[in-house]
Amino acid sequence: MDILDWIEVGSKTALLVVVLLQVVPIMVWVERRGSALMQNRLGPNRCGPLGLLQSLADVVKFLWKEDPVPGHVEPFYYVLAPLVSVVPAFMTFAVIPVASSIQLGGRVLQFQVADLNVGLLYVFSIASLGVYGIIMAGWASNNKYTMLGSLRSSSQMISYELSMGLSVIGIIMTFSSVKLGDIARQQGELITHVGPLILPEFLQLPKWGIFVQPLGFLIFLVAVFAETNRLPFDLPEGESEIVAGYHLEYGAMKFALFMMAEYLNMTTASGLLATLYFGGWQLLPGMAWILGALQGAFGLTGLSAEWLRVLFEATSFSIKVGCFMWLFVWVRWTLPRFRYDQLMDLGWKVMLPLALGNIFITAILTYYGWV
Amino acid sequence: MNISPYFFYGFGGIAIACSLLVILKKNPVSSAFSLVMVFFSFAGIYALLDAHLIAALQIFVYAGAIMVLFVFVIMLLNADVPSFDLGRTHLGMRAVAGVLISMILALFIWAFKKTPLTPAIAQFSSENIEAAGGNTLVVSELMFSEYILPFELTSVLLLAAIVGAVAIAKRKLATGRF
Repeated sequence: MDILDWIEVGSKTALLVVVLLQVVPIMVWVERRGSALMQNRLGPNRCGPLGLLQSLADVVKFLWKEDPVPGHVEPFYYVLAPLVSVVPAFMTFAVIPVASSIQLGGRVLQFQVADLNVGLLYVFSIASLGVYGIIMAGWASNNKYTMLGSLRSSSQMISYELSMGLSVIGIIMTFSSVKLGDIARQQGELITHVGPLILPEFLQLPKWGIFVQPLGFLIFLVAVFAETNRLPFDLPEGESEIVAGYHLEYGAMKFALFMMAEYLNMTTASGLLATLYFGGWQLLPGMAWILGALQGAFGLTGLSAEWLRVLFEATSFSIKVGCFMWLFVWVRWTLPRFRYDQLMDLGWKVMLPLALGNIFITAILTYYGWV
Repeated sequence: MNISPYFFYGFGGIAIACSLLVILKKNPVSSAFSLVMVFFSFAGIYALLDAHLIAALQIFVYAGAIMVLFVFVIMLLNADVPSFDLGRTHLGMRAVAGVLISMILALFIWAFKKTPLTPAIAQFSSENIEAAGGNTLVVSELMFSEYILPFELTSVLLLAAIVGAVAIAKRKLATGRF
């Protein structure tokens, strides 16, 4: 690695962290306004236009509040826990590509922080560390409700991580790569045939994950909801049963860090859903036409045309991610929470067999060259 | 600009310190958390050796899955009873333990001194693996061609272990004696 590589990696990391930090307050605002919309309320609407500055006011409040460490906790792990939950949430996004690469004077600039050849495995391994924050918080708080929350969290993680990992095997088999960059690139192709049947041109769909792995997508979506602890899977919090679950003893900025981790995990999950099943940075229908028209109208060639393409791809990716984030909010304010035994039944008796069946079917189809 | 030695000493130091914490901490849950850190630093060292797949699997399997189960079980059983009483060990036993520890240490030092500095990794050098398409591809190709039989046998062994564990745990339930 020469000095330019270091600058590249450093600036990409800094940019990603800054952007992700901006997503959190916006998502908090969207969640509060969204819930108000669904419950026929107004929601925060006093700070700034449409209440957009409410999150800023909240942050100021979080920073200036007294932040005591209760006397009955394990101080070291109590302070460490929020950090442990927030750091993996940032790290996971590192391998998700935001746009396709660009040639810059002999260097290939990739719009992802690290193009690791373990790709997806990295995502799963780092994502599985996030649960330690919750377990640690619940245990270190030395309180029976927080303990119940962390026990629920760890059992839920174990149950749903299995089906999440297995549902992605189908994608890996179809695109025969674990690199997220490769997977996103291959989704730009068209599905030209279904088995022996050759499709006419107007029926050819893009080879997005959702069209080649519909069952896998469904399993992954449900598992991701469970992994991010969002309703209907927010049993670790379960405010009506165990007060506030694992973050019961936390206040001020430490509590805010847990909230941040939740929204960051949502962002990463949406990014993964978009990359694996909705074509990643591939342009949405119609955007390619606008891009071509713009490039033609301004007579752009070479590097400037490439940058415009990157901009369009990043926009397309952001739109997809935004849609999934809205789905997270939508589901949260629509569905009630699972009962604990229902949660376990769904995980082990429905999702796991379905995920295994999906692998089996995909293997047969791949063997006979249908997909 | 080769910075790997610093990272190696960093990760190695963390690994040793946390390993010590695993056995010195009185509380089993904090021991388990320290063990997670040990696995994490091991993964860091594997990544420095260009073995990214092993690093990812180390975190995924050990830190992400096995240790979560461990912590879960420790919390559920509330196992805070120490397995032995430190204050009541015999002085002679301590001396024997000290001698044994120094012998094992001497063995390790001797073994490391004897090992040549350039290990014979032949065709599996970092450059060759990079040229063949990266860690994941090379390992999976080997696993599903040359080493398919050991791989499948291992999975059968694991299955047998799972069935055995369930059978032992449920034996009392099956016979109806509680």
